[in-house]
Amino acid sequence: MKHLAFAAGLLGASAAFAETPELTVYTYDSFVSDWGPGPAVEKAFEAVCGCDLKLVGAGDGAALLARVKLEGERSDADVVLGLDTNLTSAAKQTGLFAEHAVSAEYALPVEWNDATFVPYDWGYFAFVHNADAAAPADFKALAESDKKIVIQDPRSSTPGLGLLLWVKAAYGDEAPEIWTGLSDNIVTVTKGWSEAYGMFLEGEADMVLSYTTSPAYHLIAEEDGSKSAAAFDEGHYMQVEVAGKLANTDQPELADQFLAFMVSDAFQSIIPTTNWMYPAVTPAAGLPKGFETLIAPEKSLLLSETEAAELRDAALGEWLDALSQ
Amino acid sequence: MAGRAQPVSGFPGISAALLVVALILGTLGAVALRAEAGTGLGASDWAALRFTLTQASLSALLSVGLAVPVARALARRRFPGRALLIALLGAPFILPVIVAILGLLAVFGRAGWLSSFFGLIGLEPVQIYGLHGVVLAHVFFNLPLATRLILQGWQEIPAERFRLAAQLKAGPLAMWRLLEGPMLRRVAPGALAVVFAICLSSFAVALTLGGGPRATTIELAIYQAFRFDFDLGRAALLSGVQLLLTGAAALAALRVSAGEGFGAGLDRAVRRWDGQGAAARGLDAAWIALSAGFLLLPLAAIVLSGLPGLADLNSTVWRAAGNSILVAAISTVILLALALPMAAAAAAGRNSLTELSGILGLAASPLVIGTGLFILIYPVADPFALALPVTALVNAVMALPFAMRILVPRAREVLGRYGRLSLSLDMQGWAFVRRVYLPRMRAQTGFAAGLAAALSMGDLGVVALFADPDFATLPLQIYRLMGAYRMDAAAGAALLLLVLSMGAFWILDRGGRWHAEV
Repeated sequence: MKHLAFAAGLLGASAAFAETPELTVYTYDSFVSDWGPGPAVEKAFEAVCGCDLKLVGAGDGAALLARVKLEGERSDADVVLGLDTNLTSAAKQTGLFAEHAVSAEYALPVEWNDATFVPYDWGYFAFVHNADAAAPADFKALAESDKKIVIQDPRSSTPGLGLLLWVKAAYGDEAPEIWTGLSDNIVTVTKGWSEAYGMFLEGEADMVLSYTTSPAYHLIAEEDGSKSAAAFDEGHYMQVEVAGKLANTDQPELADQFLAFMVSDAFQSIIPTTNWMYPAVTPAAGLPKGFETLIAPEKSLLLSETEAAELRDAALGEWLDALSQ
Repeated sequence: MAGRAQPVSGFPGISAALLVVALILGTLGAVALRAEAGTGLGASDWAALRFTLTQASLSALLSVGLAVPVARALARRRFPGRALLIALLGAPFILPVIVAILGLLAVFGRAGWLSSFFGLIGLEPVQIYGLHGVVLAHVFFNLPLATRLILQGWQEIPAERFRLAAQLKAGPLAMWRLLEGPMLRRVAPGALAVVFAICLSSFAVALTLGGGPRATTIELAIYQAFRFDFDLGRAALLSGVQLLLTGAAALAALRVSAGEGFGAGLDRAVRRWDGQGAAARGLDAAWIALSAGFLLLPLAAIVLSGLPGLADLNSTVWRAAGNSILVAAISTVILLALALPMAAAAAAGRNSLTELSGILGLAASPLVIGTGLFILIYPVADPFALALPVTALVNAVMALPFAMRILVPRAREVLGRYGRLSLSLDMQGWAFVRRVYLPRMRAQTGFAAGLAAALSMGDLGVVALFADPDFATLPLQIYRLMGAYRMDAAAGAALLLLVLSMGAFWILDRGGRWHAEV
């Protein structure tokens, strides 16, 4: 009898295990890494959803979209998390994404009313420098100074593309002249953010393209207040990171639940010190100590997704022309 | 020796070669077939092609050109630490690109050691960024490899030849004309082709050291086609161009490299009686010191920056290291299973298909292979579940060109020296492989296996495309650490990777040596 009870218990347990629904979320690699938000988010969501949250990392934002396109309608993914407004237009054109019903009190500096994508964090691009050195106040002053900068290639890097659109949004048709002026300040262009930031920390350049929140990492995690972000008078270009539900998901309710969870306190309070970005909805406890020291740009620049898609290729052409001289 | 009866069948080797070709062309085809109507090659692609060819040719010529005197010096001299130096020669080559770039910049960068030294004596800092920077970085990566390949050529000259030359009082010119020149004609073209092919697919190094978009290579154009334009057709087209260029270079190298070997020897330890004059000794010492300084300083920078970070390494990094060792082990086994029969077939047969397919692995863009595999695997299986075997397989194919350059010349010698004797003893097939071929190939097999293991350990490769949170290799963890601002821990992990790669290389390479010679 004992054996039977044991067997029944075992069967019951495995049946219960089989019934646990699984939600698959595709995201970028640094989200799932042990130092990113992934592990904490997984734990927090699994505590409330009665499901198994499977986070899958695929390169960066652009590689993520390429993966979703490759998989098409057969994709196992239920939610895609980690696109930004430079990619959402192309993402919508695939027709693979479904509309959401999430609403929240967003802390974004811009109005948000996208029917397909829900924002989860955002940040400003900025040039980071050593706090003890004076920083130029805008792109023109930077171009005239002898400051050396490292930037990322817009063809292979998200911040690189952000800088391209920053200059375009701030200067429009004048952008080529700005790039020509900057060309002698640019030490080099790297494939990704890590190379550039590493080079800056090694002293190869005075400034590096990163985020206004970068100094917060050094301050909070390393108790090192020696890094600052330079405030530019033209305003700072924003990156808004979003997630969306795939139309072909086999877990539509769970996917909706995840998107709603994403703008809740439990998720949002994880973001600042793991993704080092501003949460899309300010958590009840406020931002972590140290974030108040960051610069707050007076003007936020962000091209709409259609503008960004239209201007991208022309802006890249101007960038290549100016820097290939 | 073409057309002569051989004690081994070419069949297994040709099958392995066809498998490799199928993998490379199949994945390329898979990407091309998924393409929607895209654009052809634009003006910027042609500019990328021109720059790629220029930098790859310069890098190959310089790497191999410098490797000749260095290898000669190493072949002629015996000194304490020589074995260690030769082992360390493998190091630059196996570093993850991002680590190597930071190591190079620590020495040659604007704020590097050299610039600081120049500053002390009142000179301007080094201007590293530009075409010369690209070539310098590629020489850093490839000079050691070229040196090892050419040094091996020297070691394949039987000791008896040097004894005979000494007895005949052959001077430096005669040595060159009779022994060294012919040997270089057989070895150098292959080394050139390999280095050219490696530099052809360079991307992050070329862009960073090149100082900006002027230094756009084909591989970067492929990357752009994938992620900026999502134009799979153009990506496949560009990858095809890369394959064609490498194929052409390999064919040219095969055509140029000619000449019979030096015949059989008794495998005695080599002793040299030539080059004992003060000038020759001084020159050799200078070459060894210069090359050692050039290669070891950036390595020293990597070690120094990594030491403090070693304490920060947590269990995830160690687990990733375990995964990397596993991938490297499987990859090495696959490599040997492919390369040993292929080398035998290349040595026995008259067609160059096996040799050619052996070099294509270098030209294939990892991004295209990875995406192609993904497209092929996705309909039938979960690509994530196959991350480990796929990574090991692709790493093996990428290491194949090096293995072939190492194994084929020796396989030719073995078949040339012992083929007829074995046939006359009716020793064929497996018996020949077991009693003659494998034992005679031991040193080269060890070298090739060591290189493959080290390369596989250090390669980010396709795992980035197939990564799932539970399966990360050490290079991937290094990138993740850097992406999370943890540069110190990343430097520590990079040092760990360097030690592991060098360790694998050392063990396998040593295990294969057949006498006191390297």
